[in-house]
Formats: sequence, structure tokens, C-alpha cells
Amino acid sequence: MNSIIQYFKEITQGVGSLLRGMQVTNRYFFSPGKIVTQKYPDNRKDLVMFERFKGEVVMPHNEKNEHKCTGCGICEINCPNGTIEVISKTIITEDGKKKRIIDKHIYRLGMCTFCALCVKTCPSNALAFSQEFEHAVFNRALLIKTLNKPGSQLMKGVE
Amino acid sequence: MLLNTITNTLVTLSDPWWKVFYDFSSLTKGIDEGLRSSLSPFWAVTVEMVIIGILFLLFYAVIGLFLVYAERKVCAFIQNRLGPNRIGPYGIFQTVADLIKLLFKELIPIKNADSFLFNLAPYIVIIVNFMVLAAIPFAKGLHAIDFNIGIFYVIAVSSMSVIGVLLAGWSSNSKYSLIGAMRSGAQIVSYELSIGLAIITVVILAGSLQLSEIVEAQRTGWFIFKGHVPAFIAFVIYIISGTAETNRGPFDMAEAESELTAGYHTEYSGIKFAFFYLAEYINMFIVASIASTLFLGGWMPFHVGNWEAFNRVMDIIPPFFWYIGKTFFVIYLIMLFKWTFPRLRIDQLLTLEWKYLLPINLVNVLIMAFLVLMGWHF
Repeated sequence: MNSIIQYFKEITQGVGSLLRGMQVTNRYFFSPGKIVTQKYPDNRKDLVMFERFKGEVVMPHNEKNEHKCTGCGICEINCPNGTIEVISKTIITEDGKKKRIIDKHIYRLGMCTFCALCVKTCPSNALAFSQEFEHAVFNRALLIKTLNKPGSQLMKGVE
Repeated sequence: MLLNTITNTLVTLSDPWWKVFYDFSSLTKGIDEGLRSSLSPFWAVTVEMVIIGILFLLFYAVIGLFLVYAERKVCAFIQNRLGPNRIGPYGIFQTVADLIKLLFKELIPIKNADSFLFNLAPYIVIIVNFMVLAAIPFAKGLHAIDFNIGIFYVIAVSSMSVIGVLLAGWSSNSKYSLIGAMRSGAQIVSYELSIGLAIITVVILAGSLQLSEIVEAQRTGWFIFKGHVPAFIAFVIYIISGTAETNRGPFDMAEAESELTAGYHTEYSGIKFAFFYLAEYINMFIVASIASTLFLGGWMPFHVGNWEAFNRVMDIIPPFFWYIGKTFFVIYLIMLFKWTFPRLRIDQLLTLEWKYLLPINLVNVLIMAFLVLMGWHF
């Protein structure tokens, strides 16, 4: 007797849970609410990517054309596939000391896996990810980028 | 000759032309008489068969493509997406583009496959589809063959599609295909029972196997209302086992893509794959249209007992639209199943059939027979 009650209980419970599931999908079908699909090429103008999106590595400059890269080379050491190459030069400051500053911070986008090791390990937070994602170019040479802008200088107070 | 036929048809249509949408029998009779007056009986029948064949081919393609599109849209809305939206307004030509692509694709020959059976399998599935479509009443008088054992014929023929699936799986000489086909065989053979018993419940109520009579018997009320609870239970069981018969989710173990890549049609490419794909959707359409014919009154408008005015308003909508509307309602239910429920395991599937659906169904048939015997249905 008990097993028979159990049998019908199972059926009603099963049907009930299935109906609840169908209720949810049915509601979504008739009022989907927020549509998550991005109609990409049409909405290029007002497409906003997420903050955490890793588009490409950039070196942010402030309005006085100053960056924070000291040329220590930690990003170059950390990069697993040799994407970054830091070319530094030595200058003599006004008070007669020798100082190493960067000449060129070369970033090869074509080799980058966007692992973010360079951005995470940079001691002076000189690197960041931009949300740019349209990387396609016709010439591979265009993927080799120099991150520091011409004539830029080290920000004051960053050692 | 052709002119003669057309004038004859128009003469028989003495009523206003739009009357034809409410009763196709005058139109079909007119065409038949026109052909017979100008041709010998043999050629008249041949021409009629060709006309019906072309109509069914067109219907097949249009319905198949539309259902693929509808499925993608339904699942997209359920998942908060947009679905196809690139080709044509709202992407309605997406599936046409897909079909053209599949037509141009290479048919890859499989080494060590049984090439004769391999090529035969998609055609068996398609032929079975056409044979079932022939017996379905689309509207009043729009019915290719009205057998006196119509629903029996439909069950008998539709269960043949398993042969196509098994042939495809066996002849592909691939383990995925074979496992998929075996699962599909086990599934279709066991769910055939439930579907048959659910249909028998309705046949008891209608007292006839002829589809046109079954529809006519629902003039005063659809069977799902007429037969009280047993008819509703039979409807639910029919929908569940129909979903399983067509190898659709949540019963799609025959092609479970996460386990078997694509099941029995893994090795097929190009238009042969498209045949399987279309056949699957037409199968769904057939299951839905049988459900609407048996339980929801086919092309019969919605009538309530003695409400004369209400009934007349309902009669304004042509029967064909009633039929299509009901069929698409059932198709929507089946699609909702697929996009709501997770896939069953093979043992769960067989447990559902043998431990739950079949016993309930048998008792249900008994109750229905008792109801009809006592005259408790209305």
C-alpha cells in the first residue's frame, strides 16, 4: 500500500516540478526582459565593453604626456611568450647621476595571449588593458606597437 | 485542355470565391471533374497525383524551413537572446540561406560504409514523412487520402521511420552512429506503445478510425473537453511519447551531441544531412498535427454547446487556420519541453515508459471505455 502511495506521490511531484520549469521558460518566451544579444556591427558607435575585458596592453599617459614606466623590465621577464621588449637607455640627470629610462617599450600584439602577467606584476602600475578589440590589420608589421608615446617622460615621483 | 479544366473548376465554384477557404471539397471536386472530362481516367489520376506531390513537396519545404527558424527563435527568446536576425527582416530567410548552403556542400563519401544503405537511409525517412502527411486532414476537403483506417495507417507508417534511422546508423560504420541508432531504436519501439494506447483512448471516444470522421465527431466539442480527465491524460501521454518518438529533447539521446556528436547522422553531410534535419522537424509537425486532430478538434472551430452567436463568430475563421493554429500551439509545447528539461539517461527514459506511462495508459483506456459505455461524455 505504501509503495502505491509512493508511486502516485512521485508522479504528482514530478509533474509539478516539470510544470514549474515550463512556467519559467514560458514566461521568458513571452516577456524576455533584457535581451543580451549585441547586434555588433550595427551598434559599433555605442558599444561599451566591460571594465574587465582584456583588449590589448596599453601604457596610460597623463595629459602632460607622462607615463609611469621606469624601464625595470619585469614585464619583459614575466611575459611567457616574449611579447614585450623593453629597450632602455641611460641618461645623466642634472645632479650628475646616471639613470636608466625607457627608450622604447615594444609590444607585439600578434604574440600576446592576454594572460595579464605584465599588467599584474608591474611595480609602478604603468601598464593597463584597454577595451579595444578590433585588432584586424592587413599587415603583420602593424601589430608591433610601441607603447610609450614619442617625447613622453617618466611621471614625477615614480621611481 | 488546361483551359477547359480551369473553366470547369470555376463553373463548379458558383459560390463566392472565398467560400473555398471554408470548404475545399468543391474546389477539389471541380479539378477532378475537369481533369476527367478532358483526359482518360488513367491520365487524370496521374495528373492529380503529380499536383498533390508538388503541393506536398512545397508544403514540406516551407514547413520544414519555417519550423527550423521557429525553433531557433523560440529557444533564443527563452534564453534572453535574439536568435537569427541578419538575413531578411527578423532573420526569416536564415533557414533558406542555410538550405542553399547545404545544397552546395560536398557529399563526403565514407570509406568502408555500406554506400547503398548509406544513401538509401535519408530517403526512407523522407518517404515515411510523405506517407504520413498524405493521411492528415488539413481542412475540410483538403485531405489527400481519407482511409477508413486513417489513424491506424498513420501509426503503422510513422513507426517505419525507425528503419531509416537504424539503416543510417548501421551503414555509416561509425561507433557514434551505431550507438545513436540503437538508442533511437529502443526509444521509438518502446514509445510506440504509449502513442498507440493514447490514440486508442481517442478512438474509443470517436468510435471510428477514419480521420475525417474523428474530426467530424468533434463538431460539438473537442475530445480533450469531451472526454473529461481521461482524454486530458491521454493528451499529455501522447505529447510526451510523441516528443520521444521524434527523438527531440529531452529525449534526444539518439543524437545527444555532448556524447555522440550527432548520433545517427554523424557521418552525413550536405543535402543528405539536410534531409535528416528536415525530416526531424516534419516529424514534429506530424506529431503535433495528429495531436491537434485527435484531441483539439483538427480543423474544427471552437464551439461551445448552445452558444449560437459565439459559434458563428468562431466559424468565421477558416478551418485551415484553426488547424494551423492548433498545430503550432502543440509545436510550441514540444519546443518548450526541449528548451526547459535536461536530457534523460537511457535507463530513465525506459523507466518513464515502462513503469509510468504504460500502466497509467492502460488504466486510462479502461476508464475511457467505461465512460463511453455509460455515456458520461458529452
